[in-house]
Amino acid sequence: MGRYTFLEDVAPADCAIELEGQDLDDLFETAAAALAELMVDPTTVPREVDRTITVTAPELDLLLYDWLAELIYRKDRDREVFTRVGASVSGAGPFQVEAEAQGGAIDPARTLLRADPKAVTLHQLAVTRVASGWRARVVIDI
Amino acid sequence: MRVTRVAECVWEIPPTEKAGMQVPARLYASETLFSRMDQGVFDQITNVACLPGIVRAALCMPDGHWGYGFPIGGVASFRADTGVISPGGIGFDINCGMRLLRTNLTEAEVRPRLRQLVDALFAAVPAGVGAAGILHLTGSEFRRVMVEGAAWCVARGYGWPEDLDRIEGRGCLPGASPDAVSERAISRGMDQLGTLGSGNHYLEVQVVPPGGLHDPQAGKILGVEGPGQVFLMLHCGSRGFGHQVGTDYLRTFDQVMRRYGLTVPDRELACAPFRSPEGQAYFGAMTAAANTAFANRQLITHRVREAFGAVLGRDPRELGLSVVYDVCHNTAKIERHEVDGQLQELVVHRKGATRAFGPGAPDLPEAYRELGQPVIIGGSMETGSALLVGTARAMAETFGSTAHGAGRTMSRGEAKRRTRGETLLRDMEARGIIVRAASKSGLAEEAGFAYKDLASVVDTLDRLGISHPVASLVPIGNVKG
Repeated sequence: MGRYTFLEDVAPADCAIELEGQDLDDLFETAAAALAELMVDPTTVPREVDRTITVTAPELDLLLYDWLAELIYRKDRDREVFTRVGASVSGAGPFQVEAEAQGGAIDPARTLLRADPKAVTLHQLAVTRVASGWRARVVIDI
Repeated sequence: MRVTRVAECVWEIPPTEKAGMQVPARLYASETLFSRMDQGVFDQITNVACLPGIVRAALCMPDGHWGYGFPIGGVASFRADTGVISPGGIGFDINCGMRLLRTNLTEAEVRPRLRQLVDALFAAVPAGVGAAGILHLTGSEFRRVMVEGAAWCVARGYGWPEDLDRIEGRGCLPGASPDAVSERAISRGMDQLGTLGSGNHYLEVQVVPPGGLHDPQAGKILGVEGPGQVFLMLHCGSRGFGHQVGTDYLRTFDQVMRRYGLTVPDRELACAPFRSPEGQAYFGAMTAAANTAFANRQLITHRVREAFGAVLGRDPRELGLSVVYDVCHNTAKIERHEVDGQLQELVVHRKGATRAFGPGAPDLPEAYRELGQPVIIGGSMETGSALLVGTARAMAETFGSTAHGAGRTMSRGEAKRRTRGETLLRDMEARGIIVRAASKSGLAEEAGFAYKDLASVVDTLDRLGISHPVASLVPIGNVKG
């Protein structure tokens, strides 16, 4: 998996994340892992559900936006958090991510809760190709 | 960036400082608060000044800090006929707001049962990530909530009829359009009514501290009798439903701006002409979310009354557990204000800013009309909050707006490095504040040192004359998500 860093000098009331992945699949998997880490202690979420999630968007940065927005939506609708995700990103505009997501329902009795993300913002949203692969920045509203 | 002090606690950035600025940017802050404002505030408020149709100036309140798109504490007004509406100027937590409840109780009466009361509140009001609400509605009933707001709750016994008179817009803003709301938004938020959320949302038991009643005459009108009196303060919004409405329309506006020939300096400021189909659809959906937030706070009020009644073995009416007021701080509303000597219909965006209408405003309940609108400013969970009233000066200077909180000064990560949730919980308890939190790390993020000094913010509002302090409130019990 790639690398993620929570940035503290950007929108300090919210959560800015810098993501790095060796390829786009890795970048989107890393984004999902960072989001799960933000919401809960992932080790306290049972792996009891498998979901196939497909998201499409006209641009690559909007694909990242929609991907994270989908995971936040499912956190509220189904109360599920995904702690292991295999993603496959394809297309050249429109773009698509197809993911196999494993995780489980949030159970306050055994899940260590952290922040409750409200939404993905477009503030400073960027997905760029770099020498080592792909880098992205996204700010999540907490 | 050139910033000039134009009056006491008023700073201005002229439109020449950034390409595209239509109007000046104006920041309201004492010298101390101004010196502590982060760079993001200046970048963001000047970005707001670039938006089409903005009138007079882009404003930032004394609690302003770096947000996403608008700064937190941002106020911007656009002509309803030629201006825009921007979801980024309202935020995802549509109608996040504050509600204050008074009681006839004193701290001396409550203190012996305080832990039991806080436990009962924590059990009665679901909080934290993934919390399920207290009602399970059908889609058609939820659509009625979107239109009727707090009145939907009161009609079903979740509140008292007189509560409605003490809510901004009587808890039901006109123009809600359930048809403009996505099925995703409904399915996301339908089961969350009556939940608190997390982050900086809270439910507090508070008291007026010694010397905390600053205007006894105004206090009498608002039901604030004096030091030792117990209050409850609630801070939350429209939950996942509003968050999804914001998400949906931000994506829509990002795509339609080109069609209207609009450009913005930050994509989060994506906007559409207010009178366009997209602008009107968003306004209808946003208003639906705002009404749902009023319903959410109304349901929580009902649960608070039940919990207090059960623990103390007394009828909530006997406890005098009535609503002082309920104010929004993330909305866009149609209001008439004077611009260039003429009354104009404006779309007033407030992002982390509170409406603060002065005496005589027709929207105010009769009991408060001569006094001005109550303004509830939530500080940090450790240091307290404040009750103020709006002024005529606010009407003239800030489109009837004021601050909404203390304003954050520290990142969440830095706060967690400085303290642990368990440590903070113990420290607060040692100071007589009983805390129940769904997330210990979330608790650490909200430590008092992560915020500006609320007293400085309130003092600045008073010096500016845009709000008048009535009472200070300090926490003795806290429920957090």
